[in-house]
Amino acid sequence: MNTFIEAWKLVLATDVLIAIFASAIYGLIVGSLPGLSATMATALLVPVTFYLSPIAAIATIITASAMAIFSGDIPGCLMRIPGTPASAAYTDEAYAMTRKGEAETALGICLWFSAIGGIIGTLSLILLAPILAEFALSFSTFEYFWLAILGLMCATLVARTSPIKAIAAMLLGLLVSCIGIENPAGIPRFTFGITDLLGGIEPIPALVGVFALAEVMRSLKQKEPPRIPHRQLGSILKGQWALTKSHPKQQVRGNIVGIVIGVLPGAGADMAAWISYAMAKRFSKTPEKFGTGHPEGLIEAGSSNNASLASGWVPSLLFGIPGDTITAIAIGVLYMKGLNPGPTLFTEKASSMYALYIIFILANIIMIPLGIMMIRCSSHILRVPRSLIMPMILMFCAVGAFATAGNNLIAVLVVAFFGLFGYLMEENGYPVAAMVLGIVMGTMVEQSFVTSLIKSDGSIMPFLARPVSAVLALMTFIALFWPLIVWLRRYSAKLAMAQ
Amino acid sequence: MKISDRLSGVFLLILGVFTFWGGSKFPPVPGQQVGPSAFPMVIGAGLFLLGILITFHIGRSFENAAEAELAKHAEPDVEAEAYAYKRRWLVLLPPTLLIFYYLASEKLGFVPTAIIMIATMAFAFEAKKQHIIPLAIGGALFIQIIFVKFLRVPLAPGLLPMPW
Repeated sequence: MNTFIEAWKLVLATDVLIAIFASAIYGLIVGSLPGLSATMATALLVPVTFYLSPIAAIATIITASAMAIFSGDIPGCLMRIPGTPASAAYTDEAYAMTRKGEAETALGICLWFSAIGGIIGTLSLILLAPILAEFALSFSTFEYFWLAILGLMCATLVARTSPIKAIAAMLLGLLVSCIGIENPAGIPRFTFGITDLLGGIEPIPALVGVFALAEVMRSLKQKEPPRIPHRQLGSILKGQWALTKSHPKQQVRGNIVGIVIGVLPGAGADMAAWISYAMAKRFSKTPEKFGTGHPEGLIEAGSSNNASLASGWVPSLLFGIPGDTITAIAIGVLYMKGLNPGPTLFTEKASSMYALYIIFILANIIMIPLGIMMIRCSSHILRVPRSLIMPMILMFCAVGAFATAGNNLIAVLVVAFFGLFGYLMEENGYPVAAMVLGIVMGTMVEQSFVTSLIKSDGSIMPFLARPVSAVLALMTFIALFWPLIVWLRRYSAKLAMAQ
Repeated sequence: MKISDRLSGVFLLILGVFTFWGGSKFPPVPGQQVGPSAFPMVIGAGLFLLGILITFHIGRSFENAAEAELAKHAEPDVEAEAYAYKRRWLVLLPPTLLIFYYLASEKLGFVPTAIIMIATMAFAFEAKKQHIIPLAIGGALFIQIIFVKFLRVPLAPGLLPMPW
């Protein structure tokens, strides 16, 4: 109980409350602007978190990402342009409702079910994390090794591209993590005599490059979205309670899918929304209504994407394995603030963990009033031209990276390199999320790999001898060969069709 | 900026060979079988194998299926594609400007460098001419105040030191 009271004291500190409010506004605005994703919003926040207290820093990440995921639905509903990739799955459905004159209901569904989804996702985090933490306390380096590899394999499995390219992207990330002297012997690796590379590649500038700069580059090729028309909106929340009571299945299914997808490393809110929308259609009694402005898909996918946000923190807090691209950035902030991920975090820093849960709940509650305000102001905010926003984002990339890397200008070059590299990767079907996971988890993978090999005297057998590590190894190999199984099934189905 | 799978596969293959070879050259830790070379060598071998697979288009069917799924949800926009093609080289502008920042910010100072960068980007994004200069000056000063005054980041004063 004392820990809980202490957690409330941490959250109610003035700096934390200001951080929550300011990042909520920031997340709502950035998320609503087409072309700016929730991950980009989070990446650009990191330099600011550098100067905040640990709880305020985490609060900014949690609040901004939750708000941005919801806010991405606004231009989707009103202009048929998703604000973030997490809204893309159901943009057509939401816009069809707007065309039917039900814009308020569509926006209300997005807001109401996002907030509920976020709270349910947080409850899953509250319930799952301590149980898993207790279990994880008995893990040795062998289990950590398999867990990390399984996490990396999951990230390649869920990528919407060739699994071969996804694994290659992940290996590129691991290779980046090898640069520098942070290795078993402390010798410089792949530094080519450049002193600035001795400390390795800082993950934050690399992530800013991949997620923020690459988006600025992409937007240079895209036409300015059309201006949002002025529209008089009625009550946003009217009828939402009735929809909650009439669609419990869609809501629960969306929440569960969101939670599961969130826990899987590398798969985030966008994947959760796509899967949930497809499931809503698959299990609907009226699938023919989908695409014509049917609330079922919106409810399920809207519940799902925000639920995945909170559950994505489960593997991140427990094992330092990012649940999605947002938590990949958050892990960097956790380390920066001395809240190193691991099962002991729940015993040694219990009040901070409770504070994190409270922030999640608070963020999802304040999402409702602030979201309504944002919807009402959207016709003004969405009129700001890209030509005013993008140049500023470029400058934030440069100065932010410089500040987080200890005022080192080389970080600006890192942003430029990873921006270009990330852009080329995405253009050619190499998922950047897999590379990011490789960069973030590289040191952990190598440490557990080398320590395990030293313990086992170079033998592979102890990697499979302990029951938990054997199960994790089996799951890893299933994940590795799953694409092959899928391909064989598709191939045999094609052969059967031909015959 | 599409690159053929063959080219990207060969790049990965060569990178894999160099990583494996470079990894094998790292000195071992005395008295231990496993040292700093083990992990890079595993990565190098993996990149080499995957490079070969990508060169021979293995796994391409998954990509085609994902692309077909996406295409179902989006209508082809010929005008947008033509616009993107016309501006394909412009995507190199943001990383180029960051290199410019790396080279010039210490000498010129943050504010002049930022003014040049913001103005160039606003021009590339087809901002109205009358907006470009006010945006560049206002934006540069805004970022300078936030980072120098509030976050205490030592941005170079260069040719134009600010009074605060």
